Amino acid sequence: MRQVFVRLLAIVIFLCFWEALVWINDWPNYKMASPSDLWPAFWRFKGLFLTFGWETLWRTVVGLLIAIVVGVLFGMIMGFSRVLREGLYPLLVGFNAIPKATVVPIVALMFVGQHDLNTVLIAFMISFFPIAVSVSIGLSTLEPEYRDILRSLGASKVTIFWKIALPKTLPEFFGALKVAVTLAFIGTNLMEIVSPHGRGLGALFDSGKTNSDYPLMFAVLIALAVLGIALYYVVVMLEKIFAGWAERSAE
Amino acid sequence: MADTSESKAGDGDLIVIDGVSHTYRTNTGPLPVLDDLTIRVPRHGFSAIVGPSGCGKSTVTRLVAGLMKPDAGSVWLQGERVVSPRSTVGMAFQNPVLLEWRSILKNVMLPLEIVPTRLDAAARERRARDLLKLVGLAGFEDKRPSELSGGMRQRASLCRALVHQPEVLILDEPFGALDAFTREDLWLTMHRLRAEEPFTGVLITHDLREAIFLADEVIVLSGRPATVQYSLQLPDSGPRTLDHLYTNEATETLNVLRDQIRIAREGEEAGQ
Repeated sequence: MRQVFVRLLAIVIFLCFWEALVWINDWPNYKMASPSDLWPAFWRFKGLFLTFGWETLWRTVVGLLIAIVVGVLFGMIMGFSRVLREGLYPLLVGFNAIPKATVVPIVALMFVGQHDLNTVLIAFMISFFPIAVSVSIGLSTLEPEYRDILRSLGASKVTIFWKIALPKTLPEFFGALKVAVTLAFIGTNLMEIVSPHGRGLGALFDSGKTNSDYPLMFAVLIALAVLGIALYYVVVMLEKIFAGWAERSAE
Repeated sequence: MADTSESKAGDGDLIVIDGVSHTYRTNTGPLPVLDDLTIRVPRHGFSAIVGPSGCGKSTVTRLVAGLMKPDAGSVWLQGERVVSPRSTVGMAFQNPVLLEWRSILKNVMLPLEIVPTRLDAAARERRARDLLKLVGLAGFEDKRPSELSGGMRQRASLCRALVHQPEVLILDEPFGALDAFTREDLWLTMHRLRAEEPFTGVLITHDLREAIFLADEVIVLSGRPATVQYSLQLPDSGPRTLDHLYTNEATETLNVLRDQIRIAREGEEAGQ
């Protein structure tokens, strides 16, 4: 209860500070919209916010889910085989080093008109790297003694994976997933903003820009932040359920 | 060499390490660790293996557990040649390697999930609880490993090594990381466990006092590549008290062993 209160209070203080900043400097809303400008913007486009918010959310989640599947798969391959790890690492690092903003137009051209596919693809590409790396590190740094404990009893590789390697990697996996959630949102929005006739919050942001509706642009940012927070806490909740043991009790 | 002609090697003693040599292939060239090593442990015997650091003691445990195969020679358990891991072995290391996501009870029950057993779920849990009680961990069954002290974790690790009633217990410096008082406590626990359900054991240790307190026989390995340099049969193998360590007799035994370790280390330095 106290936690919720502290968090809400922090948000309220932040909004007050923001409002005061705009008010004191007497900034016009094309320079910086103030929180009090946002609500009307939300209200005017409430239907669009709901449908586009949902678009952005599901595209991000699907991209993220694919990133989890592919990332875990790559992580397992690199975690178990040293040769493949050495071979794949430079490729993955290079791929990750390419700014995704430059990939967006390429993908948009490649699958022209297929907004859903494009957006999901970018969200996936931007977010799978940390997952693959964390899983591979988690698996490859498994102390040999842990394996020996089961191996000396005649356990199979599969049993060792399920009983030891997988659970031991979960905390690293969730750590990476928290990073991946935010990255996936960035990916989704990159595509939504660039792709013409797009949908989703990114497209709404873009239309705010073309119509010089600055409060709308800021309202989109806030909506994105809210979605980001929501998804982040879903991951935190899953982490508590599946890897809660890794958390040291506070007292 | 046909296995049948060698089957004599497996007769009699429960653990037989017969003329084993092994060389590791490392980046800096071959590293011979064991050279024609022969060790026999009778049923319900308990042998301590001591020797200079890095002389290949841990390799011996991995060979007995079937985790690796020797280049030459053979290892036998209960008259059967060891070619792969077998469920009649229990192991404990210096690091207790408890699984952090399981309760202490579930950790101890882990081998029962792997090894074929006739026990039903209730009997398995009873077995684990009984063992935990025996080592003084009653009331800690539902705790996580991170909530326990180092000594308590090592006790739990011992329970896990014994829960499936292995024929052979392999201990690789299990008390090495503990403080002196906790270590002595665990020595007494070992004697209690042995009296309660006898096992055949091999103990790797750096601590000569530990060796003479726990084992029936102390085997001193030479420096790398290791072979048996000296072995000492200890007179009585029954449960001991810590006072035993402070008798003149014990001091003399310790001096003999200390001399042997010195010789082993000098030999190693000379060989380098």
